[in-house]
Amino acid sequence: MGAKARFSNPTELVDAALAGDRLALARILTAVENRTPVAEAALRRLYPMAGKAHLVGITGPPGSGKSTLVSALIAAVRAAGRPIAVVAVDPSSPITGGALLGDRVRMQAHTSDRDVFIRSMAARGHAGGLASTSTAAAAVLDAVGFDLVLLETVGTGQAEVEVAAAADTTVVLEAPEMGDEVQAIKAGLLEVADIVVVNKGDRPGAQRTASQLRAMLVAVGRVGVRSTGRARAAPASAERPKPKEPQVLVTIATTGGGVPELLESLDRHRARGREATDSPARLARAEAQVWAILADRLQADLHRAATREATAATMREVAAHRLDPFAAADRLLAELSS
Amino acid sequence: MPDRPLKVLIAKPGLDGHDRGAKVLARGLRDEGFEVVYTGLRQTPDMVVTAALQEDVDVVGLSILSGAHMTLVPKVTAKLREAGMDDVLVVVGGIIPDDDVVELKKAGVAETFGPGTTIAEVAEYLRANARSHA
Repeated sequence: MGAKARFSNPTELVDAALAGDRLALARILTAVENRTPVAEAALRRLYPMAGKAHLVGITGPPGSGKSTLVSALIAAVRAAGRPIAVVAVDPSSPITGGALLGDRVRMQAHTSDRDVFIRSMAARGHAGGLASTSTAAAAVLDAVGFDLVLLETVGTGQAEVEVAAAADTTVVLEAPEMGDEVQAIKAGLLEVADIVVVNKGDRPGAQRTASQLRAMLVAVGRVGVRSTGRARAAPASAERPKPKEPQVLVTIATTGGGVPELLESLDRHRARGREATDSPARLARAEAQVWAILADRLQADLHRAATREATAATMREVAAHRLDPFAAADRLLAELSS
Repeated sequence: MPDRPLKVLIAKPGLDGHDRGAKVLARGLRDEGFEVVYTGLRQTPDMVVTAALQEDVDVVGLSILSGAHMTLVPKVTAKLREAGMDDVLVVVGGIIPDDDVVELKKAGVAETFGPGTTIAEVAEYLRANARSHA
């Protein structure tokens, strides 16, 4: 029997996915990606069941070995008998909207394992390293029982830090010799890392890169206060967020070298954050999701038949510089509430 | 909301190391606005079907230059049906003799593309015949 006949409505689709039907799961993820009404119905039911999984973000520059490391992590996690899901994001073409999703190439060893579920997503114009629907996709995988979900970002540069809000634990990959100590103290990607991994550890310079990172990424205390590690409470200006003090590990993803240590480190980080349902990462994730839905709804309202023409006219006035964008926003909001 | 791009799996089943064509097609379809999942060389029919299912693709494109298409392709189409994915369009690229084309179509292949096919032709065919799942 075909999929169409089997899943005639969202309830059946969700029931099937919860019962372990992988095609139903895949179809829900498609609905989520396409932001269809089915996705909304499914997420309303699944969201309360999610929140148990450990969401791990894997990010870093193109070619640093994210997909290969994910594959090695899958092997280590499966060796321990745990199920694992992966959401792997690759960029969409800004010109044609097309995408080449090639992350599975590195993960072929695991495709016939029922307890491994890998889903590629195109970023579809969303900046920040993930697709706009990646968090929702992770929630679906979480709800159907994957207790570890890896979110692999597109190849990132210095500042695509969105994954830190989407994940409980953020792993930033670096390749050996990618930069000196000044690179390590720049603001951005390295700041959001809970774990920094220097991959390609068999290449020359890997250990030196790791020790440079270790030296630069220790949490330096406020001026005049000696840092004695993360346990110490920051005095006085405690409201300013403390810098993270990431652990720096070295891996050889192609052989699995250093991967058991990485998995241990992930589990430790998970154990620390587990009880906190109001952890900053979870709150950031909640906010990002709700704001995105609000923005979508607002946009949908403004494009509704009754308001579409007025909205378009307002946009034209802004384009012609007869109206400033703030006044335009005021007017559109006023129209919605009237 | 813009139309969802069609999602295509390009796979090379069997023991065949010639993936230039598959990569060129994958890239070409990307430029035609498709979301292309590329899975690499030496796939078993099971691996192809699992990838197609997890990715929930609209099209499965099999590239075979080893001559083993009569063995591999019917296995893929049968397993896709078994998995409930009878709404997925299956196309095959390679050097396929005319008699085999008839047999492959009986086995559930929608179309075959031989040497000289342009990427635009493939893209046009897929746009006209594939149905998006959502």
